[in-house]
Amino acid sequence: DKLSATPNTRFLVMETPTPEKDVVSYNNYYEFGLDKGDPVQHAHTLQTTPWKLTIEGEVAQPKTFDIEDLRKLAPLEERIYRMRCVEGWSMVIPWIGYSLSELLKQVQPTGNAKYVEFITALQPDNMPGVNSRVIQWPYNEGLRMDEAMHPLTLLTLGLYGKVLPNQNGAPVRAVVPWKYGFKSAKSIVKIRLVEKMPVSSWMKAAAGEYGFYANVNPDVSHPRWSQATERRIGEDGLFSKRRKTLMFNGYQTEVASLYQGMDLAKNY
Amino acid sequence: MVTRPKLPRCIKAWISQRTTDMSLSAKQVGRLKPILFLLGLLPIVRWVWLGINDDLTANPVEFLTRSAGTWTLVCLLVTLSITPVRQVFQQPALVRLRRMCGLFAFFYCTLHMLAWSGWDQGFDLTDMLTDIAKRPFILVGMVAFLTMTALAITSNQFSMKRLGKRWQRLHQLVYLIGCLAILHYWWHKAGKHNFQEVSIYAGVLFLLLAWRFVRWGRQKFSPVPAVGNANKRAAVSASGNPDT
Repeated sequence: DKLSATPNTRFLVMETPTPEKDVVSYNNYYEFGLDKGDPVQHAHTLQTTPWKLTIEGEVAQPKTFDIEDLRKLAPLEERIYRMRCVEGWSMVIPWIGYSLSELLKQVQPTGNAKYVEFITALQPDNMPGVNSRVIQWPYNEGLRMDEAMHPLTLLTLGLYGKVLPNQNGAPVRAVVPWKYGFKSAKSIVKIRLVEKMPVSSWMKAAAGEYGFYANVNPDVSHPRWSQATERRIGEDGLFSKRRKTLMFNGYQTEVASLYQGMDLAKNY
Repeated sequence: MVTRPKLPRCIKAWISQRTTDMSLSAKQVGRLKPILFLLGLLPIVRWVWLGINDDLTANPVEFLTRSAGTWTLVCLLVTLSITPVRQVFQQPALVRLRRMCGLFAFFYCTLHMLAWSGWDQGFDLTDMLTDIAKRPFILVGMVAFLTMTALAITSNQFSMKRLGKRWQRLHQLVYLIGCLAILHYWWHKAGKHNFQEVSIYAGVLFLLLAWRFVRWGRQKFSPVPAVGNANKRAAVSASGNPDT
Protein backbone atom coordinates (compact mmCIF):
# COMPACT_ATOMS: atom_id res chain seq x y z
CA ASP A 1 0.00 0.00 0.00
CA LYS A 2 1.22 3.45 -0.92
CA LEU A 3 1.89 6.00 1.78
CA SER A 4 2.64 9.49 0.57
CA ALA A 5 5.01 11.76 2.42
CA THR A 6 6.93 14.96 1.91
CA PRO A 7 10.73 14.73 1.96
CA ASN A 8 12.17 16.49 4.97
CA THR A 9 15.33 18.06 3.57
CA ARG A 10 16.82 18.43 7.06
CA PHE A 11 17.04 14.67 7.41
CA LEU A 12 18.16 13.35 4.05
CA VAL A 13 21.47 11.51 4.17
CA MET A 14 23.31 12.11 0.89
CA GLU A 15 24.20 8.48 0.37
CA THR A 16 22.83 5.92 -2.03
CA PRO A 17 19.73 4.34 -0.50
CA THR A 18 19.91 0.57 -0.09
CA PRO A 19 17.80 -1.16 -2.75
CA GLU A 20 14.24 -1.76 -1.54
CA LYS A 21 14.49 -5.49 -2.17
CA ASP A 22 17.40 -5.70 0.27
CA VAL A 23 15.70 -3.51 2.88
CA VAL A 24 12.66 -5.80 2.90
CA SER A 25 14.44 -9.17 2.65
CA TYR A 26 17.36 -8.90 5.07
CA ASN A 27 15.96 -8.32 8.53
CA ASN A 28 16.41 -9.20 12.14
CA TYR A 29 12.97 -9.86 13.57
CA TYR A 30 13.46 -12.84 15.86
CA GLU A 31 9.75 -13.38 16.38
CA PHE A 32 9.81 -14.72 12.83
CA GLY A 33 13.06 -16.67 12.98
CA LEU A 34 16.73 -16.14 13.68
CA ASP A 35 18.07 -16.01 10.14
CA LYS A 36 17.89 -12.69 8.39
CA GLY A 37 16.06 -14.34 5.53
CA ASP A 38 13.33 -15.70 7.85
CA PRO A 39 11.20 -12.58 8.49
CA VAL A 40 10.42 -11.96 4.82
CA GLN A 41 9.25 -15.57 4.55
CA HIS A 42 7.22 -15.82 7.74
CA ALA A 43 6.07 -12.33 8.71
CA HIS A 44 3.00 -12.38 6.45
CA THR A 45 1.17 -14.00 9.38
CA LEU A 46 1.57 -10.89 11.55
CA GLN A 47 -1.89 -9.53 12.28
CA THR A 48 -1.69 -5.76 11.70
CA THR A 49 -5.36 -4.80 11.53
CA PRO A 50 -6.84 -3.65 13.77
CA TRP A 51 -3.80 -2.17 15.51
CA LYS A 52 -3.87 -0.17 18.68
CA LEU A 53 -1.02 1.69 20.28
CA THR A 54 -1.50 2.58 23.93
CA ILE A 55 0.52 5.22 25.72
CA GLU A 56 0.45 5.08 29.51
CA GLY A 57 2.50 5.64 32.64
CA GLU A 58 3.78 9.02 33.73
CA VAL A 59 1.42 10.99 31.52
CA ALA A 60 -1.42 13.39 32.22
CA GLN A 61 -3.54 11.93 29.40
CA PRO A 62 -3.11 8.21 28.72
CA LYS A 63 -4.39 7.47 25.24
CA THR A 64 -4.91 4.66 22.78
CA PHE A 65 -4.40 5.35 19.09
CA ASP A 66 -5.64 3.45 16.08
CA ILE A 67 -3.15 3.09 13.28
CA GLU A 68 -5.32 5.45 11.20
CA ASP A 69 -5.07 8.07 13.98
CA LEU A 70 -1.31 7.74 13.90
CA ARG A 71 -1.12 8.23 10.15
CA LYS A 72 -3.05 11.50 10.52
CA LEU A 73 -1.55 12.80 13.74
CA ALA A 74 1.20 14.83 12.06
CA PRO A 75 2.34 15.47 8.48
CA LEU A 76 4.17 12.39 7.16
CA GLU A 77 7.78 13.07 6.27
CA GLU A 78 10.23 11.08 4.24
CA ARG A 79 13.63 10.91 5.91
CA ILE A 80 16.67 9.06 4.64
CA TYR A 81 18.61 7.63 7.56
CA ARG A 82 21.62 5.43 7.95
CA MET A 83 20.85 2.19 9.77
CA ARG A 84 23.71 0.38 11.49
CA CYS A 85 23.12 -3.11 12.85
CA VAL A 86 25.12 -4.21 15.89
CA GLU A 87 26.22 -7.21 13.78
CA GLY A 88 28.37 -5.00 11.55
CA TRP A 89 26.27 -4.26 8.50
CA SER A 90 24.44 -1.13 7.50
CA MET A 91 21.80 0.26 5.16
CA VAL A 92 20.49 3.65 4.04
CA ILE A 93 16.71 3.67 4.24
CA PRO A 94 14.05 6.18 3.18
CA TRP A 95 11.63 5.96 6.11
CA ILE A 96 8.23 7.60 6.41
CA GLY A 97 6.95 9.01 9.67
CA TYR A 98 7.34 11.95 12.01
CA SER A 99 9.25 12.76 15.17
CA LEU A 100 8.17 10.58 18.07
CA SER A 101 7.96 13.79 20.11
CA GLU A 102 4.81 14.71 18.13
CA LEU A 103 3.09 11.66 19.54
CA LEU A 104 4.46 11.95 23.06
CA LYS A 105 3.29 15.57 23.31
CA GLN A 106 -0.27 14.32 22.84
CA VAL A 107 -0.28 12.51 26.17
CA GLN A 108 1.42 15.26 28.19
CA PRO A 109 4.30 13.53 29.97
CA THR A 110 4.59 14.42 33.65
CA GLY A 111 7.77 15.55 35.38
CA ASN A 112 8.37 11.97 36.49
CA ALA A 113 8.65 10.71 32.93
CA LYS A 114 12.41 10.06 32.71
CA TYR A 115 12.39 7.12 30.29
CA VAL A 116 10.28 5.71 27.51
CA GLU A 117 9.68 1.99 27.19
CA PHE A 118 8.48 0.39 23.96
CA ILE A 119 6.59 -2.89 24.15
CA THR A 120 6.16 -4.75 20.92
CA ALA A 121 3.58 -7.16 19.59
CA LEU A 122 3.49 -10.74 20.83
CA GLN A 123 1.25 -12.95 18.72
CA PRO A 124 2.35 -16.50 19.59
CA ASP A 125 0.02 -18.08 17.03
CA ASN A 126 1.43 -15.94 14.26
CA MET A 127 5.07 -15.82 15.32
CA PRO A 128 6.98 -19.07 14.80
CA GLY A 129 10.10 -17.62 16.42
CA VAL A 130 8.76 -16.96 19.91
CA ASN A 131 9.19 -20.61 20.86
CA SER A 132 12.92 -19.99 20.95
CA ARG A 133 14.37 -18.72 24.19
CA VAL A 134 16.87 -16.32 22.70
CA ILE A 135 15.33 -13.31 24.38
CA GLN A 136 12.34 -12.56 26.54
CA TRP A 137 9.06 -11.85 24.79
CA PRO A 138 7.41 -9.52 24.25
CA TYR A 139 10.46 -7.70 22.94
CA ASN A 140 10.92 -4.42 24.69
CA GLU A 141 13.30 -1.52 24.31
CA GLY A 142 13.80 1.85 25.92
CA LEU A 143 15.13 5.37 25.51
CA ARG A 144 15.92 8.18 27.84
CA MET A 145 13.26 10.91 27.67
CA ASP A 146 15.58 13.41 25.95
CA GLU A 147 16.54 10.77 23.39
CA ALA A 148 12.90 9.97 22.74
CA MET A 149 12.05 13.66 22.32
CA HIS A 150 15.00 14.31 19.99
CA PRO A 151 13.74 15.35 16.54
CA LEU A 152 15.78 12.56 14.89
CA THR A 153 13.84 9.86 16.72
CA LEU A 154 11.24 8.80 14.23
CA LEU A 155 7.85 7.25 14.78
CA THR A 156 7.89 5.22 11.60
CA LEU A 157 4.90 4.13 9.53
CA GLY A 158 6.43 3.37 6.16
CA LEU A 159 9.46 3.02 3.92
CA TYR A 160 10.14 3.53 0.24
CA GLY A 161 6.81 5.33 -0.24
CA LYS A 162 4.79 2.43 1.15
CA VAL A 163 3.22 1.27 4.37
CA LEU A 164 5.79 -0.61 6.48
CA PRO A 165 6.16 -4.23 5.33
CA ASN A 166 5.51 -6.71 8.14
CA GLN A 167 9.13 -7.88 8.28
CA ASN A 168 10.25 -4.28 8.83
CA GLY A 169 8.04 -3.83 11.87
CA ALA A 170 4.55 -3.06 10.59
CA PRO A 171 2.48 -1.14 11.21
CA VAL A 172 4.36 1.23 13.51
CA ARG A 173 7.93 1.19 14.81
CA ALA A 174 10.60 3.45 16.18
CA VAL A 175 13.76 4.40 14.31
CA VAL A 176 16.64 5.83 16.31
CA PRO A 177 19.35 6.32 13.69
CA TRP A 178 22.35 6.99 15.94
CA LYS A 179 21.87 3.75 17.87
CA TYR A 180 22.32 0.14 16.82
CA GLY A 181 19.31 -1.20 14.98
CA PHE A 182 17.96 -3.35 17.80
CA LYS A 183 17.06 -0.19 19.74
CA SER A 184 14.51 0.68 17.05
CA ALA A 185 11.61 -1.43 18.31
CA LYS A 186 9.30 -2.92 15.70
CA SER A 187 5.53 -3.41 15.71
CA ILE A 188 4.94 -1.34 18.85
CA VAL A 189 1.72 -1.91 20.81
CA LYS A 190 2.49 0.02 23.96
CA ILE A 191 4.60 2.97 24.98
CA ARG A 192 5.15 3.39 28.69
CA LEU A 193 6.61 6.53 30.19
CA VAL A 194 8.44 5.61 33.36
CA GLU A 195 10.66 7.04 36.03
CA LYS A 196 13.22 4.23 36.17
CA MET A 197 15.42 2.99 33.36
CA PRO A 198 13.63 0.08 31.71
CA VAL A 199 15.48 -3.21 31.33
CA SER A 200 15.30 -4.19 27.68
CA SER A 201 15.01 -7.72 26.30
CA TRP A 202 18.63 -7.58 25.16
CA MET A 203 19.87 -6.33 28.52
CA LYS A 204 18.10 -9.27 30.17
CA ALA A 205 19.55 -11.71 27.63
CA ALA A 206 23.18 -10.54 27.76
CA ALA A 207 23.82 -7.53 29.98
CA GLY A 208 27.56 -7.66 29.30
CA GLU A 209 27.03 -7.37 25.56
CA TYR A 210 24.05 -5.08 25.17
CA GLY A 211 23.71 -1.98 27.30
CA PHE A 212 20.86 0.48 27.58
CA TYR A 213 22.43 3.12 25.34
CA ALA A 214 23.72 1.07 22.41
CA ASN A 215 24.97 4.17 20.64
CA VAL A 216 26.85 3.43 17.43
CA ASN A 217 30.48 3.88 18.43
CA PRO A 218 33.47 2.65 16.40
CA ASP A 219 35.71 2.94 19.46
CA VAL A 220 33.67 0.71 21.76
CA SER A 221 33.85 -2.92 20.62
CA HIS A 222 31.18 -5.46 21.15
CA PRO A 223 32.75 -7.95 23.61
CA ARG A 224 32.95 -10.47 20.78
CA TRP A 225 33.78 -8.34 17.76
CA SER A 226 35.04 -4.95 16.66
CA GLN A 227 32.58 -2.20 15.74
CA ALA A 228 35.17 -0.12 13.86
CA THR A 229 33.90 -1.05 10.40
CA GLU A 230 30.72 -2.10 8.65
CA ARG A 231 29.53 -3.53 5.37
CA ARG A 232 26.94 -1.53 3.46
CA ILE A 233 24.28 -3.92 2.20
CA GLY A 234 23.53 -3.72 -1.50
CA GLU A 235 26.28 -1.26 -2.28
CA ASP A 236 29.55 -2.81 -1.14
CA GLY A 237 30.45 -5.43 -3.73
CA LEU A 238 32.54 -8.55 -3.40
CA PHE A 239 35.72 -6.56 -3.95
CA SER A 240 35.12 -3.48 -1.80
CA LYS A 241 36.54 -3.04 1.65
CA ARG A 242 34.36 -2.63 4.70
CA ARG A 243 33.73 1.03 5.42
CA LYS A 244 34.61 2.87 8.60
CA THR A 245 31.78 3.18 11.10
CA LEU A 246 31.03 6.77 12.06
CA MET A 247 30.63 8.03 15.63
CA PHE A 248 26.93 8.08 16.49
CA ASN A 249 26.44 6.61 13.01
CA GLY A 250 27.25 10.03 11.52
CA TYR A 251 24.76 11.96 13.67
CA GLN A 252 27.39 13.34 16.02
CA THR A 253 26.56 17.02 15.50
CA GLU A 254 22.92 16.36 16.32
CA VAL A 255 23.20 14.05 19.32
CA ALA A 256 26.66 14.24 20.90
CA SER A 257 25.42 16.88 23.37
CA LEU A 258 22.98 14.36 24.86
CA TYR A 259 25.91 12.39 26.25
CA GLN A 260 28.19 15.17 27.42
CA GLY A 261 30.34 14.11 30.35
CA MET A 262 29.27 10.47 30.07
CA ASP A 263 31.80 7.66 29.76
CA LEU A 264 30.55 5.98 26.61
CA ALA A 265 32.68 2.89 27.20
CA LYS A 266 30.85 2.33 30.48
CA ASN A 267 27.45 3.45 29.24
CA TYR A 268 27.56 1.22 26.18
CA MET B 1 14.09 -56.35 25.35
CA VAL B 2 14.27 -55.65 21.67
CA THR B 3 14.96 -58.66 19.50
CA ARG B 4 16.13 -58.22 15.97
CA PRO B 5 14.00 -60.00 13.41
CA LYS B 6 15.96 -63.02 12.27
CA LEU B 7 16.37 -63.40 8.55
CA PRO B 8 16.02 -66.87 7.08
CA ARG B 9 19.40 -68.41 6.40
CA CYS B 10 18.86 -68.62 2.66
CA ILE B 11 18.20 -64.86 2.46
CA LYS B 12 21.27 -64.15 4.58
CA ALA B 13 23.35 -66.24 2.28
CA TRP B 14 21.87 -64.52 -0.71
CA ILE B 15 22.67 -61.08 0.73
CA SER B 16 26.22 -62.00 1.61
CA GLN B 17 26.73 -63.47 -1.83
CA ARG B 18 25.33 -60.33 -3.42
CA THR B 19 27.50 -58.05 -1.34
CA THR B 20 30.63 -60.03 -2.04
CA ASP B 21 29.80 -60.19 -5.70
CA MET B 22 29.06 -56.51 -5.78
CA SER B 23 32.32 -55.43 -4.22
CA LEU B 24 33.81 -52.88 -6.55
CA SER B 25 37.33 -53.44 -7.74
CA ALA B 26 39.98 -50.79 -7.28
CA LYS B 27 39.77 -50.11 -10.99
CA GLN B 28 36.01 -49.61 -10.92
CA VAL B 29 36.31 -47.21 -8.00
CA GLY B 30 39.04 -45.39 -9.87
CA ARG B 31 36.56 -44.71 -12.63
CA LEU B 32 34.30 -42.98 -10.12
CA LYS B 33 36.96 -40.40 -9.38
CA PRO B 34 36.16 -37.98 -12.21
CA ILE B 35 32.49 -38.09 -11.21
CA LEU B 36 33.38 -37.38 -7.60
CA PHE B 37 35.57 -34.51 -8.76
CA LEU B 38 32.71 -32.89 -10.67
CA LEU B 39 30.38 -33.51 -7.73
CA GLY B 40 32.81 -31.71 -5.47
CA LEU B 41 32.72 -28.66 -7.71
CA LEU B 42 28.92 -28.39 -7.60
CA PRO B 43 28.92 -25.81 -4.77
CA ILE B 44 31.02 -23.51 -6.95
CA VAL B 45 28.64 -23.99 -9.86
CA ARG B 46 25.78 -23.14 -7.52
CA TRP B 47 27.49 -19.95 -6.31
CA VAL B 48 28.13 -18.82 -9.87
CA TRP B 49 24.54 -19.64 -10.83
CA LEU B 50 23.17 -17.70 -7.84
CA GLY B 51 25.54 -14.84 -8.62
CA ILE B 52 24.39 -14.59 -12.22
CA ASN B 53 20.78 -14.55 -11.06
CA ASP B 54 21.50 -11.91 -8.40
CA ASP B 55 20.36 -14.40 -5.82
CA LEU B 56 23.24 -14.38 -3.33
CA THR B 57 20.99 -12.68 -0.71
CA ALA B 58 21.30 -9.05 0.37
CA ASN B 59 24.65 -9.86 1.93
CA PRO B 60 26.55 -11.97 -0.64
CA VAL B 61 29.81 -11.74 1.26
CA GLU B 62 28.28 -13.28 4.36
CA PHE B 63 26.36 -15.84 2.33
CA LEU B 64 29.44 -17.05 0.45
CA THR B 65 31.58 -17.12 3.58
CA ARG B 66 29.06 -19.22 5.44
CA SER B 67 28.31 -21.42 2.45
CA ALA B 68 31.99 -22.27 2.08
CA GLY B 69 32.07 -23.14 5.78
CA THR B 70 29.05 -25.38 5.47
CA TRP B 71 30.53 -27.23 2.49
CA THR B 72 33.77 -27.72 4.40
CA LEU B 73 31.80 -29.50 7.08
CA VAL B 74 29.84 -31.57 4.56
CA CYS B 75 33.01 -32.71 2.79
CA LEU B 76 34.61 -33.48 6.13
CA LEU B 77 31.69 -35.66 7.17
CA VAL B 78 31.68 -37.42 3.80
CA THR B 79 35.39 -38.12 4.24
CA LEU B 80 34.76 -39.55 7.68
CA SER B 81 31.95 -41.74 6.42
CA ILE B 82 34.08 -43.53 3.84
CA THR B 83 35.47 -46.04 6.33
CA PRO B 84 32.10 -47.02 7.85
CA VAL B 85 30.59 -47.28 4.37
CA ARG B 86 33.47 -49.48 3.24
CA GLN B 87 32.96 -51.85 6.10
CA VAL B 88 29.19 -51.92 6.27
CA PHE B 89 28.77 -52.43 2.54
CA GLN B 90 31.96 -54.44 2.16
CA GLN B 91 33.47 -52.10 -0.38
CA PRO B 92 37.09 -51.80 0.73
CA ALA B 93 38.15 -50.24 -2.55
CA LEU B 94 36.16 -47.08 -1.74
CA VAL B 95 39.19 -45.95 0.23
CA ARG B 96 40.50 -44.69 -3.10
CA LEU B 97 37.93 -41.88 -2.97
CA ARG B 98 38.82 -40.73 0.51
CA ARG B 99 41.74 -38.50 -0.31
CA MET B 100 39.75 -36.50 -2.83
CA CYS B 101 36.92 -35.99 -0.31
CA GLY B 102 39.44 -34.80 2.25
CA LEU B 103 41.08 -32.46 -0.24
CA PHE B 104 37.71 -30.99 -1.15
CA ALA B 105 37.11 -30.34 2.55
CA PHE B 106 40.46 -28.55 2.62
CA PHE B 107 39.60 -26.64 -0.55
CA TYR B 108 36.33 -25.26 0.86
CA CYS B 109 37.99 -24.61 4.20
CA THR B 110 40.64 -22.54 2.40
CA LEU B 111 37.94 -20.54 0.62
CA HIS B 112 36.12 -20.07 3.94
CA MET B 113 39.33 -18.84 5.58
CA LEU B 114 40.17 -16.55 2.65
CA ALA B 115 36.64 -15.12 2.77
CA TRP B 116 37.10 -14.25 6.42
CA SER B 117 40.59 -12.82 5.98
CA GLY B 118 39.73 -10.85 2.85
CA TRP B 119 36.14 -9.75 3.23
CA ASP B 120 36.03 -9.44 7.02
CA GLN B 121 39.60 -8.40 7.77
CA GLY B 122 40.78 -6.79 4.52
CA PHE B 123 43.85 -9.08 4.61
CA ASP B 124 45.19 -6.93 7.45
CA LEU B 125 47.41 -9.21 9.52
CA THR B 126 47.04 -7.15 12.70
CA ASP B 127 43.26 -7.15 12.37
CA MET B 128 43.29 -10.89 11.73
CA LEU B 129 45.39 -11.62 14.80
CA THR B 130 43.19 -9.35 16.91
CA ASP B 131 40.09 -11.16 15.69
CA ILE B 132 41.65 -14.54 16.46
CA ALA B 133 42.56 -13.40 19.96
CA LYS B 134 39.17 -11.81 20.56
CA ARG B 135 36.82 -14.46 19.27
CA PRO B 136 37.31 -18.03 20.52
CA PHE B 137 35.28 -19.41 17.61
CA ILE B 138 37.67 -17.80 15.13
CA LEU B 139 40.64 -19.26 17.02
CA VAL B 140 39.09 -22.72 16.93
CA GLY B 141 38.38 -22.38 13.21
CA MET B 142 41.94 -21.28 12.57
CA VAL B 143 43.40 -24.23 14.52
CA ALA B 144 41.19 -26.57 12.49
CA PHE B 145 42.31 -24.95 9.24
CA LEU B 146 46.01 -25.18 10.10
CA THR B 147 45.65 -28.82 11.16
CA MET B 148 43.81 -29.56 7.95
CA THR B 149 46.61 -27.89 6.00
CA ALA B 150 49.11 -30.30 7.52
CA LEU B 151 46.95 -33.24 6.48
CA ALA B 152 46.46 -31.88 2.97
CA ILE B 153 50.20 -31.38 2.49
CA THR B 154 50.92 -34.95 3.61
CA SER B 155 48.07 -36.54 1.68
CA ASN B 156 50.28 -37.78 -1.17
CA GLN B 157 51.87 -41.19 -1.68
CA PHE B 158 55.33 -39.76 -1.07
CA SER B 159 54.42 -38.53 2.42
CA MET B 160 52.68 -41.80 3.19
CA LYS B 161 55.80 -43.79 2.45
CA ARG B 162 58.06 -41.26 4.09
CA LEU B 163 56.05 -41.07 7.32
CA GLY B 164 55.24 -44.78 7.51
CA LYS B 165 53.30 -45.60 10.65
CA ARG B 166 53.33 -42.01 11.78
CA TRP B 167 51.24 -41.07 8.75
CA GLN B 168 48.22 -42.80 10.16
CA ARG B 169 48.73 -41.20 13.56
CA LEU B 170 48.97 -37.81 11.91
CA HIS B 171 45.88 -38.32 9.82
CA GLN B 172 43.84 -39.45 12.79
CA LEU B 173 43.87 -35.74 13.60
CA VAL B 174 40.90 -35.59 11.25
CA TYR B 175 38.77 -36.63 14.25
CA LEU B 176 40.02 -33.59 16.13
CA ILE B 177 39.36 -31.40 13.08
CA GLY B 178 35.78 -32.67 12.96
CA CYS B 179 35.23 -31.78 16.61
CA LEU B 180 36.84 -28.36 16.20
CA ALA B 181 34.69 -27.66 13.14
CA ILE B 182 31.53 -28.45 15.09
CA LEU B 183 32.70 -26.36 18.04
CA HIS B 184 33.48 -23.47 15.68
CA TYR B 185 30.02 -23.65 14.13
CA TRP B 186 28.33 -24.18 17.51
CA TRP B 187 30.03 -21.14 19.01
CA HIS B 188 29.17 -19.07 15.99
CA LYS B 189 25.49 -19.88 16.43
CA ALA B 190 25.62 -19.42 20.21
CA GLY B 191 25.04 -15.68 19.90
CA LYS B 192 21.47 -16.38 18.86
CA HIS B 193 21.06 -19.77 20.58
CA ASN B 194 20.36 -21.07 17.11
CA PHE B 195 21.52 -24.67 17.34
CA GLN B 196 19.11 -26.43 15.01
CA GLU B 197 21.36 -26.92 12.00
CA VAL B 198 24.58 -27.36 13.88
CA SER B 199 22.94 -30.10 15.98
CA ILE B 200 22.31 -32.12 12.84
CA TYR B 201 25.95 -31.91 11.78
CA ALA B 202 27.07 -32.64 15.33
CA GLY B 203 24.79 -35.69 15.39
CA VAL B 204 26.27 -37.07 12.18
CA LEU B 205 29.81 -36.51 13.45
CA PHE B 206 28.89 -38.20 16.71
CA LEU B 207 27.58 -41.27 14.90
CA LEU B 208 30.65 -41.49 12.70
CA LEU B 209 32.98 -41.26 15.68
CA ALA B 210 30.84 -43.56 17.84
CA TRP B 211 30.97 -46.22 15.13
CA ARG B 212 34.76 -46.08 15.22
CA PHE B 213 34.83 -46.15 18.99
CA VAL B 214 32.65 -49.25 19.13
CA ARG B 215 34.72 -50.98 16.47
CA TRP B 216 37.91 -50.08 18.31
CA GLY B 217 36.47 -51.42 21.56
CA ARG B 218 35.42 -54.67 19.90
CA GLN B 219 38.83 -55.20 18.34
CA LYS B 220 40.61 -54.41 21.55
CA PHE B 221 38.47 -56.42 23.91
CA SER B 222 37.15 -59.23 21.75
CA PRO B 223 38.39 -62.56 23.25
CA VAL B 224 38.94 -64.13 19.83
CA PRO B 225 41.31 -62.28 17.51
CA ALA B 226 39.44 -61.28 14.39
CA VAL B 227 41.59 -63.13 11.91
CA GLY B 228 39.65 -62.26 8.80
CA ASN B 229 39.64 -58.63 9.69
CA ALA B 230 43.33 -58.59 10.44
CA ASN B 231 44.09 -60.14 7.07
CA LYS B 232 42.00 -57.60 5.30
CA ARG B 233 43.72 -54.79 7.17
CA ALA B 234 47.10 -56.16 6.28
CA ALA B 235 46.10 -56.41 2.64
CA VAL B 236 44.85 -52.86 2.56
CA SER B 237 47.94 -51.53 4.32
CA ALA B 238 50.13 -53.28 1.81
CA SER B 239 48.32 -51.50 -0.99
CA GLY B 240 49.37 -48.24 0.61
CA ASN B 241 46.01 -47.24 2.01
CA PRO B 242 46.10 -47.45 5.77
CA ASP B 243 42.69 -47.77 7.28
CA THR B 244 41.71 -44.91 9.53
